[in-house]
Amino acid sequence: MTTTSAKDTALTAAALALGDDALVLSHRLGEWAGHAPVLEEEVALANIALDLLGQARVLLSMAGDEDELAFLREERAFRNLQLVEQPNGDFAHTIARQLFFSAHQYLLYGELASGDGPFAPLAGKAVKETAYHRDHAEQWTLRLGDGTDESHTRMQRAVDALWRYTGEMFQPVEGVDVDWTGLETAWLEWTGEVLRRATLTVPEGPRTGAWAAGAGRQGLHTEPFGRMLAEMQHLHRSHPGATW
Amino acid sequence: MVTTTPLEAELLELAGSVPDPELPVLTLRELGVVRAVHARGADTVEVELTPTYTGCPAIEAMSLDIQKVLRDHGVREVTVRTVLAPAWSTDDITDEGRRKLREFGIAPPRVRSAPGPVRVGLGPTRTRESGPVDEADPVRCPHCGSAETELLSRFSSTACKALRRCLACREPFDHFKEL
Repeated sequence: MTTTSAKDTALTAAALALGDDALVLSHRLGEWAGHAPVLEEEVALANIALDLLGQARVLLSMAGDEDELAFLREERAFRNLQLVEQPNGDFAHTIARQLFFSAHQYLLYGELASGDGPFAPLAGKAVKETAYHRDHAEQWTLRLGDGTDESHTRMQRAVDALWRYTGEMFQPVEGVDVDWTGLETAWLEWTGEVLRRATLTVPEGPRTGAWAAGAGRQGLHTEPFGRMLAEMQHLHRSHPGATW
Repeated sequence: MVTTTPLEAELLELAGSVPDPELPVLTLRELGVVRAVHARGADTVEVELTPTYTGCPAIEAMSLDIQKVLRDHGVREVTVRTVLAPAWSTDDITDEGRRKLREFGIAPPRVRSAPGPVRVGLGPTRTRESGPVDEADPVRCPHCGSAETELLSRFSSTACKALRRCLACREPFDHFKEL
């Protein structure tokens, strides 16, 4: 009995971690609605956000009541990576965040889909959606990095700024049975190759250790996350039980 | 061993005849999203439905429409269960479904051989495709049939479509992208 419940606890925690990543990034991308540089991008970012929201709903439902988990938890109870809660910044920052995260999610879901664990059905579905997200981020990285001096400078700045949040993506999550070291190697290889093709420099700063970021999985979040949650949860908390 | 009773086959036909809420020219059977119907006792039925995209908001409307059709047929209790595996693919759209999409002004998805997105290149301002898949099997304009079309955006009015423009007749059109 104890082993079963320990396994259930690990599964719940894992579903929460992956579900929170999808939920929080979905909300951040949704913030672009009405602000994106061109209409096509507005639609693209909203569609990616919708994919992520769909994934979050499935994952959070594995961990409990999706609405309660999304709207009634305090900041310290969220288990998402610090990378996904980072503010949108300029368009280059949003694209760098997309590049780093979608490449990670694509590899992670790909591995989960090939297994027979509890996340395999969702991962098998979501990996195909994530392939489009990764492709979108890759094409924009190339276009901005290998574009004008201004776009190159901004893209490099965004990549440098978010680099310190990327180590956390490969800290093992209990209940997620994948080869984390292998994932990280594949991620570094793919991301590095895209950055080089985009004429950008792969940052040399630390991704792990004392000077890197990354305690989101333990419930420690960066300052902008609280304000994001306040906006995301405000309606549900102010009008409990309201429906459309 | 899974067997389908004549009643289940009849109800599957009915559930499959429901039009897609977003693309009403297609039925759910042609879209390939109704997986199975299981009769559970005298007048209780369970329907297995699979979403096109994980976050597809049409899934709720589909469930309600299926429930209504089966209830009108005399089934008292209908539950619609969402199944994710095996994942839906655009290859599940029937030939008839593809033909109807084209007539409706939406370029149908190409039949895929390998997983992953179709590779596209990005030009300085607009995007045009390159790569072996596209040259062998280009996305054709559903209006004039030209193979000379360009990609405007990977994501269009819904997550399942991309926005393209025909270089021959200049009409923009939606392309049901391969998944």
